[in-house]
Amino acid sequence: MSDRWVLFMRNLRNFWRIFSHNKLGMLGAFLVFSAIFVAVFAPLLTPYAPTDTIRDANGRGMTFAPPSVHGPLGTDDAGRDIWSQLVYGARISLTVGFLAGFMAMFVGSLFGIMSGYFSGRVDNVLMRITDILLVIPDLPLMLILVATIRQMDLRISPTSVLIVVIGLLYWTSTARLIRSQVLTIKERQFVDRARAFGAGDWYIIRKHILPQIMPLIVANTVLILSTAILIESGLAFLGLGDPTKPSWGTMLNFAFDRNAVTNGAWWFYLPPGLAIVWVTLGCVLLGNVLEELLNPRLTEHHLEGDQNMIAIKRNGAE
Amino acid sequence: MNRRDYLLRRLGLSVVTILVVFVINFLLFRVLPGDPIRSVIGRNIRISAETQQALREQFGLDKPIFPDQLLDTFGQWVRGNLGISWSLRRPVSEVLMSKLWNTVILIGLGQILAIFLGVILGLLAGWKRKTAIDVGALTFSLVAWAIPTFWLGIILLAAGSTWFGFPTAGIVSPANTGKPLITVLPDLAHHLFLPTLTLTILYLGEYMLIMRSSILEVLSEDYILTAKAKGLSDWQVLWRHALRNALLPIVTLIALNLGFTVAGAIYIETVFSYDGLGKLFQTALTKQDYPLLQGAFILLAVSVIIANLAADLLYTVLDPRVKES
Amino acid sequence: MSMQPLLSVRHLTTEFQLANNQVARALENVSFDVRPGQTLGLVGESGCGKTTTLMSVMRLLPASGRITEGNIYFKGTDLLTLSEREMRTFRWKEIAIIFQGSMNALNPVMKVGDQIREAILMHNPVEREAAEERVGELLELVGIQRQRGEQYPFQYSGGMRQRAMIAMALACSPALLFADEPTTALDVMIQAQVLELLKQIQRNLGLTIVLVTHDLGVIAEMCDEVVVMYGGKVAEYGTADLIYNQPQHPYTQRLLKAFPDLNRATESAESAGQDLVTIPGSPPRLNALPPGCRFNPRCEESMEICTQIAPDLVDMAAAGADARHLAACHLLKRMKIEDQ
Repeated sequence: MSDRWVLFMRNLRNFWRIFSHNKLGMLGAFLVFSAIFVAVFAPLLTPYAPTDTIRDANGRGMTFAPPSVHGPLGTDDAGRDIWSQLVYGARISLTVGFLAGFMAMFVGSLFGIMSGYFSGRVDNVLMRITDILLVIPDLPLMLILVATIRQMDLRISPTSVLIVVIGLLYWTSTARLIRSQVLTIKERQFVDRARAFGAGDWYIIRKHILPQIMPLIVANTVLILSTAILIESGLAFLGLGDPTKPSWGTMLNFAFDRNAVTNGAWWFYLPPGLAIVWVTLGCVLLGNVLEELLNPRLTEHHLEGDQNMIAIKRNGAE
Repeated sequence: MNRRDYLLRRLGLSVVTILVVFVINFLLFRVLPGDPIRSVIGRNIRISAETQQALREQFGLDKPIFPDQLLDTFGQWVRGNLGISWSLRRPVSEVLMSKLWNTVILIGLGQILAIFLGVILGLLAGWKRKTAIDVGALTFSLVAWAIPTFWLGIILLAAGSTWFGFPTAGIVSPANTGKPLITVLPDLAHHLFLPTLTLTILYLGEYMLIMRSSILEVLSEDYILTAKAKGLSDWQVLWRHALRNALLPIVTLIALNLGFTVAGAIYIETVFSYDGLGKLFQTALTKQDYPLLQGAFILLAVSVIIANLAADLLYTVLDPRVKES
Repeated sequence: MSMQPLLSVRHLTTEFQLANNQVARALENVSFDVRPGQTLGLVGESGCGKTTTLMSVMRLLPASGRITEGNIYFKGTDLLTLSEREMRTFRWKEIAIIFQGSMNALNPVMKVGDQIREAILMHNPVEREAAEERVGELLELVGIQRQRGEQYPFQYSGGMRQRAMIAMALACSPALLFADEPTTALDVMIQAQVLELLKQIQRNLGLTIVLVTHDLGVIAEMCDEVVVMYGGKVAEYGTADLIYNQPQHPYTQRLLKAFPDLNRATESAESAGQDLVTIPGSPPRLNALPPGCRFNPRCEESMEICTQIAPDLVDMAAAGADARHLAACHLLKRMKIEDQ
């Protein structure tokens, strides 16, 4: 038990040594973790609640006020502080994004492992389902699903609906990736040996296959997270979020519907979008770097390097 | 012949997918609470119980769901009868057709520009790796991917209308509404500019990335070395040997992107109040005009499925090696 | 009676830049000549620098490759002094190459005939019909039916693909042909066919060939002179006859023992009953070369000096003999000095 722990820690240290030198990766990590930090410590970062109206000296609500000493990002159409909405909105956006992303990862990994390991009919069926899901355009499908579920009076919060719908539709790329990885691993001898010992399928999966694909799953999850956050913001923008718990996408929905554009209130529609880009970019950088470290790709191609091929030092003349 | 088997299999899959779409469409609106007749005629209209019953019979809603209603509905859809939009008081198919071309123009233009620019940039980026153009292109793609579609639209809308006087809504100015589009091209172009720009920027990144990685993979293949050994210059190698192989994944990508494209249309048309299928879908959603929503969904889904099939066909024509998928 | 050599490689040194600023010396001080009409064999284990030598001459090294020293005289011109553009006029027209028969050495989405035609038109702008005719001739020369030029590489068998590559290599009637492991990826039966074809072509067209392989049997069949390479350096260099019958370098001797050759000209009684002998150990890593002689960690006769100083090539030919025979080994040097 402790042997495995020691090995794991050593791998982690090695990984960190390489990773910490990768500037883009560190940048990505910073972007993501700073966003998480803001979400967690939101109440500490702003004196107002997102629903408070900021009033001026005469007690009147300051609507569409540009950034000032009262609110670093100004106010919206009802005088509420944008910065507060932003930091509290981080909670919603990140929660939905993470939960939906994890759900997609879980379903995708499960299907990918089953497909790759059991092959045959299971594989066929799952891959056909993947094919079908991939072809149907996702946004219209999600829109009608969410709209229908909401109408069904099932007492599920709008946010949960979003999480489930996104999670159920975005597992396909993960499934494919995991499946091809599992197929490769399955070819290796130790799987056959384990089976010869009478090890059950799920045991083999747990002990042999899972540890090998875990790094890949992690890298892929980070990328899925970025997709989930983007999708959530889109659905929220179209009005399918929870107005009482606004995410960044919902803020943009408000901004658009309440004429922030025509009123020139750039502080209303810029920050939420920037926040989305901040987190998404972070996830993408992190995910790409992780994937690159795990699956290093080719280093050079044939049409490179001609200029440097001859490096002979001949008495000063090249 | 192997190519034929492959295509038959894809065709079969497409048919199954369309059926799945039909089923989803059918079931979704049957699970709504309340009288199904309400989905058809809207919730706000007051009708007497007799009229309700008569309507129910007329729309066949008193028959059992399986298999009568199912087959009836499927039959209708296949024949192009998508019902009546109660909010617009016109047949759904008519409404869809009237908006179809607007969306096609918008998306078509955006895609063509994005493909053209993306492929060229991707080619340069992959060929001249690690130079300024590569780094710049990569950064651009990365950032563009992280930007939400609708947000970029909002920014360009704000900047474009404030600083450059671009219009903020519609396909043409109010004065030109109803005229055939061919006659008001300058006005149309003026209205198309910002939305098309948004779409192009967003799609460009992805095509560039795919082309770049495709070209990198192709350029490290053995036959490229052979070509170089034959005495071809770098450019000749690229043009004659690398390009065709590198472009193949782009064809597949265009097809795969169609779903994404439809999403883009919905967002962009909403932001720019552009009167196409995307905005229609969004409006139908808000108004809960279910016949319209269902019809639009079928149209969008079937278009994407057929386009994917066409891309498969094209791919087999372009790549002589296609055997089993 | 020795003519001016067609190709003369002198002190060729090639390095590869590795990831962490390390440098791998793939070739060091490699020198050999190839006379017109001759076949020269480059033999050694994987990674000893055989392919790198060919790539250096044709200047087709990968991006991390650098030639840091030497001269490569082809028909009197030092190829290393040419610009890239000038070099391109030599490629294929003067020196052509056949690569190892991988599936992808030919462009998979281009017809075979078109690829051969491209080679022709690249250096001889002629009428299309004339080029087509030539393509047909070339295909027939290597035993492929003309019509098959309209097919794609994936429709050819492995042996056919290799023969198509040979046809393409001959398109511009080059003076020099490089063959990099031409038979390695093929079945034994097909190997024989391809080799026979090469021999035939050489006879009929008077080609000069440099053949790279790790298979001593192939060398025995085809080569006039042999360069034995180890760890990027020349270990032994001489006529095939001398190398086979009087191998001097310990590595060459081991190599020959590891290859029981059924058709060896001199079949001695002892070798007839011997088991396959492998050479223990593995080739040196080119970025961590052992000091002194590169073979010394695996050499049974290694002496103190072998671990310190790299040996030079010593002339082992009998006095007055016309045939060339050089070997780089301290032991041999010592023995030769003692002889005198």
